[in-house]
Amino acid sequence: MNLILNPTLDEAPPLRTHRGIVTSHDFLTTPPAAAMMQEGLDDGPDFLSEEDRGPRAVNVDLQTDATLQVDISDALSERDKVKFTVHTKSTLPNFKQNEFSVVRQHEEFIWLHDSFVENEEYAGYIIPPAPPRPDFDASREKLQKLGEGEGSMTKEEFTKMKQELEAEYLAIFKKTVAMHEVFLCRVAAHPVLRKDLNFHVFLEYNQDLSVRGKNKREKMEDFFKNVVKSADGVLVAGVKDVDDFFEHEKTFLLEYHNRVKDASAKSDRMIRSHKSAADDINRIASTLYTLGTQDSTDVCKYWTKLFPLFSKLSKIEARVAADEDLKLADLLKYYLRESQAAKDLLYRRGRALVDYENANKALDKARAKNKDVLQAETSQQVCCQKFEKISESAKQELIDFKTRRVAAFRKNLVELAELELKHAKGNLQLLQSCLGVLKGDT
Amino acid sequence: MAAEMEPPPLGNAGETDFRELEDGEDLFVSTVTTLEYPEPSSPEPASLPAEDISINSNGPKQKDVSFDDDPEDLFAEATEEVSLDSPEREPILSDGPSPAITPVTPTTMLTPRMDLGARCRIEEDNNGDTFDIHIAVSDPEKVGDGMNAYMGYKVTTKTSMTIFNKNETTVRRRFSDFLGLHSKLASKYLHIGYIVPPAPEKSIVGMTKVKVGKEDLSSAEFVEKRRSALERYLMRTVKHPVLLKDPDVIMFLESSELPRAVSTQALSGAGILRMVNKAADAVNKMTIKMNESDAWFEEKHQQFENLDLQLRKLHASVESLVCHRKELSVNTASFAKSAAMLGNSEDHTALSRALSQLAEVEEKIDRLHQDQAYADFYLFSELLGDYVRLITAVKSVFDQRMKTWSKWQDTQLLLQKKRESEAKLQFANKPDKLQQAKDEIKELEGKVEQGEKDFELISKTIRKEVSRFEKERVKDFKAVIIKYLESLVQTQQQLIKYWEAFLPEAKAIA
Repeated sequence: MNLILNPTLDEAPPLRTHRGIVTSHDFLTTPPAAAMMQEGLDDGPDFLSEEDRGPRAVNVDLQTDATLQVDISDALSERDKVKFTVHTKSTLPNFKQNEFSVVRQHEEFIWLHDSFVENEEYAGYIIPPAPPRPDFDASREKLQKLGEGEGSMTKEEFTKMKQELEAEYLAIFKKTVAMHEVFLCRVAAHPVLRKDLNFHVFLEYNQDLSVRGKNKREKMEDFFKNVVKSADGVLVAGVKDVDDFFEHEKTFLLEYHNRVKDASAKSDRMIRSHKSAADDINRIASTLYTLGTQDSTDVCKYWTKLFPLFSKLSKIEARVAADEDLKLADLLKYYLRESQAAKDLLYRRGRALVDYENANKALDKARAKNKDVLQAETSQQVCCQKFEKISESAKQELIDFKTRRVAAFRKNLVELAELELKHAKGNLQLLQSCLGVLKGDT
Repeated sequence: MAAEMEPPPLGNAGETDFRELEDGEDLFVSTVTTLEYPEPSSPEPASLPAEDISINSNGPKQKDVSFDDDPEDLFAEATEEVSLDSPEREPILSDGPSPAITPVTPTTMLTPRMDLGARCRIEEDNNGDTFDIHIAVSDPEKVGDGMNAYMGYKVTTKTSMTIFNKNETTVRRRFSDFLGLHSKLASKYLHIGYIVPPAPEKSIVGMTKVKVGKEDLSSAEFVEKRRSALERYLMRTVKHPVLLKDPDVIMFLESSELPRAVSTQALSGAGILRMVNKAADAVNKMTIKMNESDAWFEEKHQQFENLDLQLRKLHASVESLVCHRKELSVNTASFAKSAAMLGNSEDHTALSRALSQLAEVEEKIDRLHQDQAYADFYLFSELLGDYVRLITAVKSVFDQRMKTWSKWQDTQLLLQKKRESEAKLQFANKPDKLQQAKDEIKELEGKVEQGEKDFELISKTIRKEVSRFEKERVKDFKAVIIKYLESLVQTQQQLIKYWEAFLPEAKAIA
């Protein structure tokens, strides 16, 4: 992939990826019948093992049946927008063709997600959490700084910083692509949501969906809605549920969600420190290089031997941090969002329950007064049906959630441990061989 | 506990506490200051996160009695001697007297891995006395109270060299004593071209905390850092063959009472004088334009400038690394707790167990990071700091040479002027003034000759010193680098152990 980062522009130039990029994280754990090992984009000469080229070599999990397969085959970053090429393969009759692609932006994903949330029919399902907005601000700032400081740096420093910046940009880019893809795959994998009409439009309609971002007024409305919702949520949560299963789930999810939030924040901080340490080692390596070229005495040979060691060590440390980010931090972040979605489901059910009980009370009152009984009866029927429908699907959804969660954690923890081992062994080997050389010298 | 310990007067029979050195055995006393344990016995960590353990490879199999005297002293273990099997005892480093650095040995890092083979080399100085001396600085103890309090350190010298009165001496010194020693040595030797190792720096903040009695981790670290620095300073000083024989040095190491070095105080008259002199020197340096006839000096000067710059950069990077590693350790610990909480609330039993295991692993890793940060610091960072200061001393020696040259040139100019005025007087026919002039000229001629000799001497001395310095530098760096890498190796090995233990747990999640 060619990535030309020209810092004299004030915006990042278009960043393009090709088919070979990483696709989704495997937070879905549907049996990986079609587990494709996508090669992560190469971020520079990599002397580490072949399977781990690039920071993100991930599996793609897709539904076993080939009736609907969705992925993001390409992505383009220009200015502050990212354009995703959503590629669909389907044997369903709903679509005009068997295979097609459209270009979508982040706002359209959000539109799709919100349409699910607002749809009463889906009240009984865990709505797959929306992907986070692509955030290149930090990188863009750095890019600007790089451009401004171009004159004051040596050529090597400049190229090195440029490379680092490119790698960082690429990593963020890959992440956001993966997040968007996970969302789509989850929807495609869900037996009910995959049939949603909006989803099909999203996949197929090759014009702009004209989804504008929310204007100020709508954002304010949203804000108030959220306030009301959380107040309501507290009320609803207070109602004790007759059903043990749901009562347990309620308490469990509340606690779990908070703890995942905490763990996610702490893991982020830990990984940031790790990255800083890796950067320091890198700086040490470059000073060692300069010393190696300048120093006259015998110490010189030590510098020249140490420079490659430290520069490789720093790369490994950076890789460790990146892997921890991928396997641990991202996992926690994702389940933070999913557990929120599960909590939302419970809230909706609770709300329906309260409505049902209120309808019952209203019916009793109406019967007592013998006024508007029919109306009360129908409304009670509606509430009852709604509640029962939600309860039924909610139970299955929550069970699935647990299965998914356990499997995802297992996979990621195993991979995390394996990667940590690999890197530690790599470090060890480098250090031991360098030590051998140094000690062997007199 | 605050009472100052009066060391027994020299020559007292009470000194038999100390074991005699076994002659002809290990000659590398200085190698001792590194951590080398054939057996993994490590003193229990007191409240200190990092402990300095230096072994005296000279000899005693048991722990030295003197060091066990104050069990309540936090730092009693600082120079605990772990017994070594004398015949197999080998210096850690392959080359000659190793750098006098006392790396901190956090308790997890005490496994004995650093046997480098018995490649001893004897360095003889002019007297035929083998270089055999080891100095340990230990047992920092607060003496006095309030703002007049100070830290007293025990300085133990073990040697078989004949210039010393006894084979083993212990004295108590305070920080200003060290500074006083350095200032005496500097005034005696710097201007004739010897590179006098600089003393550790004063630190008002650090000392105030200690004085005020703040018994927290940072003041404990400060004292440990200082103790280690003082030890390195003394070892560097005695490694210099000329400085070793200086009576001030010997007195410092041996005499029980030392006159209080008040002139080292920052605000004393002497202190102010020093500052004025420094300023004057700086100005002079800028005005002296020396015709360098000797390319060697030009080259070396430039090299040292470059080296200074790079070492400072390196030092800054290493300090930053230490800081970030400490941060990483803290963050890892807090993540571990968070993961444990998460594991608690997870209702799938196998996953819950795995998460708790993860929390444990991360906790162990955080301690590992902490230890590694200490190694980074005490091995690498302090060495670099020492050398940055040493190079300043080297540069000042070069400056002294310039000053000597300048003095010589000035005297020559003066002579010339006098000769001119003598010539004038010849014609003016004033016999007594003429005689006076002739006498002055004679005197100045002598001075000019002396000036030239001085200049040549200092140039020669500097050449020797620089080559000695470079040799020492090579040894120093190599030793420290090897030790540092070994510490990194240990960390990685531990990491491998921890993750290998965790992996089956993760796989067991059903």
